[in-house]
Amino acid sequence: MNQKKKSRIEVAAIYIIIAIFAVIIFYPLVWTVGMSFNQGSSLYSSSIIPENFSLEHYKWLFSEESDYLMWYKNSMIVSAATALGSVIITSLIAYAFSRYQFVGKKNGLYVFLLLQMFPVMMAMVALYIFLNMIGLLDTLTGLILIYLGGQIPFNAWLVKGYFDTIPRELDQAARIDGAGHLRVFWSIMLPLAKPILAVVALFNFMMPLFDFLLPSIVLSSADNYTLAVGLYNFINDQFANNFTRFAAGSILVALPIAAIYLYLQRYLISGLTAGGSKG
Amino acid sequence: MSHLPAEEKKHVEKRHVEKKQHNPTVAMVLSIIFAGLGQLYNRRFIKGTVFIVIEVAFLVTMLESINFGLWGLRTLGTIPGTDHSIRLLVFGVLALIGVFFAITLYVFNVLDARKQAKRIRDGWKPMKFGEAMRQFYDSAFPYLMTFPGLVLMIFVVIFPLLFSILLAFTNYNLYNSPPRNLVDWVGFDNFSSLVTVPIWQDTFLSVFSWTIVWTLVATTLQIGLGLFLALIVNDSRIRFKKLIRTILILPWAVPAFVTILIFSAMFNDDFGSINRDIIIPLFGGEGLPWLSDPLYARIAIIMIQTWLGFPFIFALFSGVLQSISKDWYEAADVDGGTRFKKFRFITLPHVMFATAPLLIMQYAQNFNNFNVIYLFNEGGPPVRGQNAGGTDILISWVYKLTFDTNNYSMAAVISIIMGVIVSGFAFYQFRKTRSFKEEGEI
Repeated sequence: MNQKKKSRIEVAAIYIIIAIFAVIIFYPLVWTVGMSFNQGSSLYSSSIIPENFSLEHYKWLFSEESDYLMWYKNSMIVSAATALGSVIITSLIAYAFSRYQFVGKKNGLYVFLLLQMFPVMMAMVALYIFLNMIGLLDTLTGLILIYLGGQIPFNAWLVKGYFDTIPRELDQAARIDGAGHLRVFWSIMLPLAKPILAVVALFNFMMPLFDFLLPSIVLSSADNYTLAVGLYNFINDQFANNFTRFAAGSILVALPIAAIYLYLQRYLISGLTAGGSKG
Repeated sequence: MSHLPAEEKKHVEKRHVEKKQHNPTVAMVLSIIFAGLGQLYNRRFIKGTVFIVIEVAFLVTMLESINFGLWGLRTLGTIPGTDHSIRLLVFGVLALIGVFFAITLYVFNVLDARKQAKRIRDGWKPMKFGEAMRQFYDSAFPYLMTFPGLVLMIFVVIFPLLFSILLAFTNYNLYNSPPRNLVDWVGFDNFSSLVTVPIWQDTFLSVFSWTIVWTLVATTLQIGLGLFLALIVNDSRIRFKKLIRTILILPWAVPAFVTILIFSAMFNDDFGSINRDIIIPLFGGEGLPWLSDPLYARIAIIMIQTWLGFPFIFALFSGVLQSISKDWYEAADVDGGTRFKKFRFITLPHVMFATAPLLIMQYAQNFNNFNVIYLFNEGGPPVRGQNAGGTDILISWVYKLTFDTNNYSMAAVISIIMGVIVSGFAFYQFRKTRSFKEEGEI
């Protein structure tokens, strides 16, 4: 009986702890949703439960005077191109590193591991000057190229680790049957590596969507802004004035993304552990 | 061979002499003199011609620009107003990369000539054209696959890093910048002023120590909290596990960019909801100076990062915990192991074994966590006698030096210091990763 009572208290304590954390997690999120329904733009007069419920900020985002839809489109272009390009480039590299012997292979792996630690920040000045020299400053193409090059060290490593777990007997058998290099890649490696390629595509779709640093340096005209830069500018100029509008704009992007993440989180985690630790 | 008939013996010797006439050293020397000559000597006419054409093309088109690039790299320009030192530096770095690849190809050409000559000496018969092409395709295939990625990486990662490193040894800043002035090489002057000039010394010491504290405290907190929550949710008596897990993962799913800016508004000293709705009603007073006092700003930022970071760890650990076999715990029950002992000797080793490299990566990520620092308070509040704010870590300080005060060379010096530290993390990863042990083969 005493044992049972102790167990009940423990379970209750666990539920209480979880409840506390649920409150901590939901508080800022609910607060933001509340803000976005407030009338006016002042943070000071706004409250979690709006006194004057209104959709004016949402309506404004889709009105003529706002660039919101254009930023959305820019972000989609950058994200889609980065996701697609990164899958192609990294799977080719990972195939070479996983299945072939060539000069510089081992050093290449070391270089990847070292380079993935360096933040893009450190290369910023050089990238700015270089993009300026080749005329790609303030273009989405320049931004996409930087994302594509920058993701290689980390993702090549991830995909290579996954390719290593695909039994070699499979491609050796295909080779005996007369399949060429590309045939093995296309018909054996790619179909079997779908899970990790999906992870790479998803990461590279999400990453540019909310990267603030790089686009804020590369892009200078409002027509080319991505969502993160555009939204930041809502609150950057006069902080308190546009926060409610920022809240509305953020919710419209955060909702679909959060849904995708929650839906796919198991695959994301297993992809990371498979490539990262078991390598 | 003594039992062979005399005539046959003679024949073998003759053939041997014939083979010996082909000299690998000659092929090598010829290839050193001009790429492709050795291949011609080996009677590989197509290959030799291709090599010669490549070298001629290289000499005609590239030699001048490489020469110019290296000149620029050495002098950084000589005429103020005309020579643009930073462009020269860019060309110089590109020229260096070009030279590196030219040398690599040249060495390959020489080695190829020698290998081929050796094989001919040992009685190798030339293949048919189709067969030779096929073999060439086989050996070149991995290079073809990596080529597009390599080119991108050279321009986007390697070239900028080399450029940054070189920048640290110049005097490039707002007051000394092209096209008006020439930038000069100054050796280690920037490094020494970082440790001797008082304002740099003070700022560097305080930013550096805060970076270390920040990395250790914020990361350890998020790992500890993630582990703790994963353990209690994994308890067999808890129900609605799926729902609870979804809630606890939520902060990871919402884009960090958005949540940091929201927190920044909530922590606002005057009208933020933390002060207005929680601190003042509960404790009275004026509210806490979250954004204007360095200590409170640091506490706030660590709490925010914990909020942002624990869900990933939680999800990671939850996955591992579910995969630990129940047999272990049953065996421990039979032996009368306490709950703590089960955690210490079964759970912890399992969890750590599976996730150690990812946890180390978390430390590296927070060390470079520009977003949370900059978006929360732009590294502020300002601190007297320093040129960095109270919550600035090394990376956000580099950002400020680069884009606010345009002190490019000092920013590069600090980047190099960060790079050295970051390589420490990388070195740990080298030793942990198993990928090196499984070598690919065909």
